[in-house]
Amino acid sequence: MYRSHVLVCGGTGCTSSGSPRIIETLKKEIEKVGLQEEVSVVQTGCHGLCALGPIMIVYPGATFYSLVKEEDIPEIVSEHLLKGRVVERLVYKETITEEGIKSLNDTDFYKKQHRIALRNCGVINPENIDEYIATGGYEALGRVLTEYTPEQVIQTIIDSGLRGRGGGGFPTGLKWKFARGYDADQKYVCCNADEGDPGAFMDRSVLEGDPHVVLEAMAIAGYAIGASQGYIYVRAEYPIAVQRLRVAISQAREYGLLGKNIFNSGFDFDIDLRLGAGAFVCGEETALMTSIEGNRGEPRPRPPFPAEKGLFGKPTLLNNVETYANIPQIILNGPEWFSSMGTEKSKGTKVFALGGKIHNTGLVEIPMGTTLREVIEEIGGGIPNGKKFKAAQTGGPSGGCIPAQHLDVPIDYDNLINLGSMMGSGGLIVMDEDNCMVDIAKFFLDFTVEESCGKCTPCRIGTKRLHEMLEKITEGKATLEDIDKMEELCYYIKENALCGLGQTAPNPVLSTLRYFRDEYVAHVVDKRCPAGVCKALLSYQIDADKCKGCTLCARICPNSAIIGKVKEAHTIDQEKCLKCGACMEKCRFGAISKK
Amino acid sequence: MKSLEELRAIRESMQGQIGLRSENSEQIRVVVGMATCGIASGARPVLTALSDAVLTKGLSNVTVTQTGCIGLCKYEPIVEVIEPGKEKVTYVKMTPEKALEVVDQHLIKGQVVKKYTIAEAIG
Repeated sequence: MYRSHVLVCGGTGCTSSGSPRIIETLKKEIEKVGLQEEVSVVQTGCHGLCALGPIMIVYPGATFYSLVKEEDIPEIVSEHLLKGRVVERLVYKETITEEGIKSLNDTDFYKKQHRIALRNCGVINPENIDEYIATGGYEALGRVLTEYTPEQVIQTIIDSGLRGRGGGGFPTGLKWKFARGYDADQKYVCCNADEGDPGAFMDRSVLEGDPHVVLEAMAIAGYAIGASQGYIYVRAEYPIAVQRLRVAISQAREYGLLGKNIFNSGFDFDIDLRLGAGAFVCGEETALMTSIEGNRGEPRPRPPFPAEKGLFGKPTLLNNVETYANIPQIILNGPEWFSSMGTEKSKGTKVFALGGKIHNTGLVEIPMGTTLREVIEEIGGGIPNGKKFKAAQTGGPSGGCIPAQHLDVPIDYDNLINLGSMMGSGGLIVMDEDNCMVDIAKFFLDFTVEESCGKCTPCRIGTKRLHEMLEKITEGKATLEDIDKMEELCYYIKENALCGLGQTAPNPVLSTLRYFRDEYVAHVVDKRCPAGVCKALLSYQIDADKCKGCTLCARICPNSAIIGKVKEAHTIDQEKCLKCGACMEKCRFGAISKK
Repeated sequence: MKSLEELRAIRESMQGQIGLRSENSEQIRVVVGMATCGIASGARPVLTALSDAVLTKGLSNVTVTQTGCIGLCKYEPIVEVIEPGKEKVTYVKMTPEKALEVVDQHLIKGQVVKKYTIAEAIG
């Protein structure tokens, strides 16, 4: 039996920073010292601290090694695994104290987190069903099938107060109740794993780190609404998640946890995967189902809602990955346990993907009602390089930004909507003073223009026009009237687009206008980009008094835009300047500045 | 899967494995000195014997772990038993057989095996 477990993160973040090679080397080194019978190497899902990957945890003791390199492995094996001496130099600095090494759960990053959906991520081997069962997996399904009526299951979910984690925040229990309410010869349970927001990777991490929880929850949902078939619609761009789901499904079938007569209850349920080709609109529920049916992924009008006529025209229940990940724990611990966490109308926890200008880029799960300040300053470790916080963007291309004056608002569905943003699926991008808010709005419009499916006119043409207006502003060619016209167009699109994609596409513009109108005005009236991002409004200048004529800038300029003789002050030809900033970076005398 | 009992049986059999990964302040910690001196005088079989015994006897409240040189090289292999709220007990000159006795007497029944402790050895 193994006396020590070495857990190495196999999430997408750590995989791209080299964890597969780490695992390989680790196994080799362990064999070299003859410990292969004593030490087990386990590949797990995401631990959350993606910025510090590859991550390795040694149990017992939970020693947390971060930024592990291949060449560090022999030392870790011979010192720690063989002789029991922690290699302090490689341990995550936050865990080192004067009294020795403290638990990871006491670090700033983990202290305020509460992991329910992510409870197994980074703890178990996602490709081993026995490890999932060891942490209580499939117990909820077993109990539901042997002790609950479908109505009792639905009531439990309603009582818990769980709301959809995919963006809209619709009460999950009610959705289940509606789907149960329609009679049909066949019903379907679907899982929306088409996570498309730029910068969001909550669902991917759950699928990669704990795929069985989604299967278990879908089977519970199938029992509750009376469905025998489930589909997981997952992006093909998530190869690790797809592969682990495949492994999980075949293991569950082998154990009889999917298939016929599960737990001898007479209940049959099976799950198949459907891969999406990466269209953002397929995250919209009706487009997703159209795509599963084998058609081009386009939305259709609602009603009828999926609960009545969904996939293949049959009653269908569709929930997001993170929503499902909460279900088994609600069954096992009771609805009161779940509803004791969070705020009045938003119960439980929410997973956020932290990105942008923040130290601890990664994945966090916090109780609803935690403030944005706690998330950014404490858990996220603040903003690098001493820069000032400007705004946080939530909800991706459908959401909006939250400025500094609202940092202390508790995060929940309703508060975020009141602030002009939304919970969305949980992407949280932090911006500092170097980010131009007009440029950010343009970035998201870039995305929606590209991703608009083209079925309805307000979205297809409206987002394109919006984007052109933003372009005009960032080039300094717009008038104040254009801003008003743009705002009017935003409301028009919101009211008239067919599906959620179009209806929410103007949100990034509206919310930046709401909080940062002065930046728009600066672009239009002063022809100036306050953050120094919009290239058309920038110019680089050389201070003749400071310039020593070293010619370094002239040599580095990719377009030969800098003219001047040796030991004489240089000048920049504004016509030729590409505004790349290379000269400013190179100048040793601080003579070049950006305006 | 035909019954909850079947599922729970798998869980029980896996618990010993997964239990290693839980951090609990209530746990009894059994620490084996595994520096060069310890290994040379036979700490490795002691460590293996302890880990195996804890697992097969289902002692989920016990964590077996290792440490470096404790400083009393001539008394190696050394095993320390650290129970929350109690004084640390240090066993010296351990063998796999003695270790099993410690598991049965100390870890299960709560009786310190005096004859193997450092106090006895030093006198």
